[in-house]
Amino acid sequence: MKVRIHVSLKPGVLDPQGRAVHHALEGLGFSGVEDVRVGRLIELEVAGGTSEAALEDMCRKLLANTVIENFRIETMEAA
Amino acid sequence: MAFRGAVITFPGSNCDRDLAVALEKVSGTPALRVWHGDTDLPERLDFIGVPGGFSYGDYLRCGAIASRSPIMRAVIASAERGVPVFGVCNGFQVLTESGLLPGALMRNAQLTFTCRTVPLRVENSQSLFTGGYAQRQEIMLPVAHHDGNYFADEETLDRLEGEGRVAFRYLDACNGSRRDIAGILNTSGNVLGMMPHPERAIEPDHGGSDGRALFASAIEGLIAA
Repeated sequence: MKVRIHVSLKPGVLDPQGRAVHHALEGLGFSGVEDVRVGRLIELEVAGGTSEAALEDMCRKLLANTVIENFRIETMEAA
Repeated sequence: MAFRGAVITFPGSNCDRDLAVALEKVSGTPALRVWHGDTDLPERLDFIGVPGGFSYGDYLRCGAIASRSPIMRAVIASAERGVPVFGVCNGFQVLTESGLLPGALMRNAQLTFTCRTVPLRVENSQSLFTGGYAQRQEIMLPVAHHDGNYFADEETLDRLEGEGRVAFRYLDACNGSRRDIAGILNTSGNVLGMMPHPERAIEPDHGGSDGRALFASAIEGLIAA
């Protein structure tokens, strides 16, 4: 089973990388970009039947730092 | 009794020797060296150093993988029993990631690696680690990091300030840290994490000696205890 973990900075946490990307987009002439936040996508291949609780545990214990980051678990359909 | 200090080495640590040399120069006793994959620390330690560097290549987040390594379980257990634990630079990141200290260290606000000697103010001179400084003493220590931008929510910051747990503060903003925080203590005062490198400033001929008092006061305090 394929699982995607989306890790993003919490609202209110300053994102210097996002700001730099924002400036770069503006520099390329893309107007109308109001904000940029840079996050992380982690793809896991896990045994079928791995529980949502186990995945959350992985996120809290390692994959995300919940002091500054939120996470979202997306379970992909088997191919 | 002779001082027993230990320094942990993770894959990618690069200030472990500096820290071991500083402990030996100040205490007169060689520091014990401990590998990240060990599960047990040497017995009867007086001081555990978590060094700077780029443990595990900074993969995932700085300090994240190191903080989950086998030896860190023993370090956390020792810290909870009151053994002094000192984390510098990447070691500070490891201590926040392990939960021994609150907050997190993020990418520097200016996005650049900052390597220079910076002025700091000693905000709490009553702790085990800072007793060798005068209250509000201004000192110079080197910093060398890309991810030293200290973040914690307002409530945590207020609590740190209120409880005197901000040990050091930058006098010029060098990385965007909330309230210019450079180093913090845990609730019991036996865990200190800081981004600047006192172990690189223990001899006048090598970048100044303002860091020496940190080791001297900790070691004297421990030997006297």
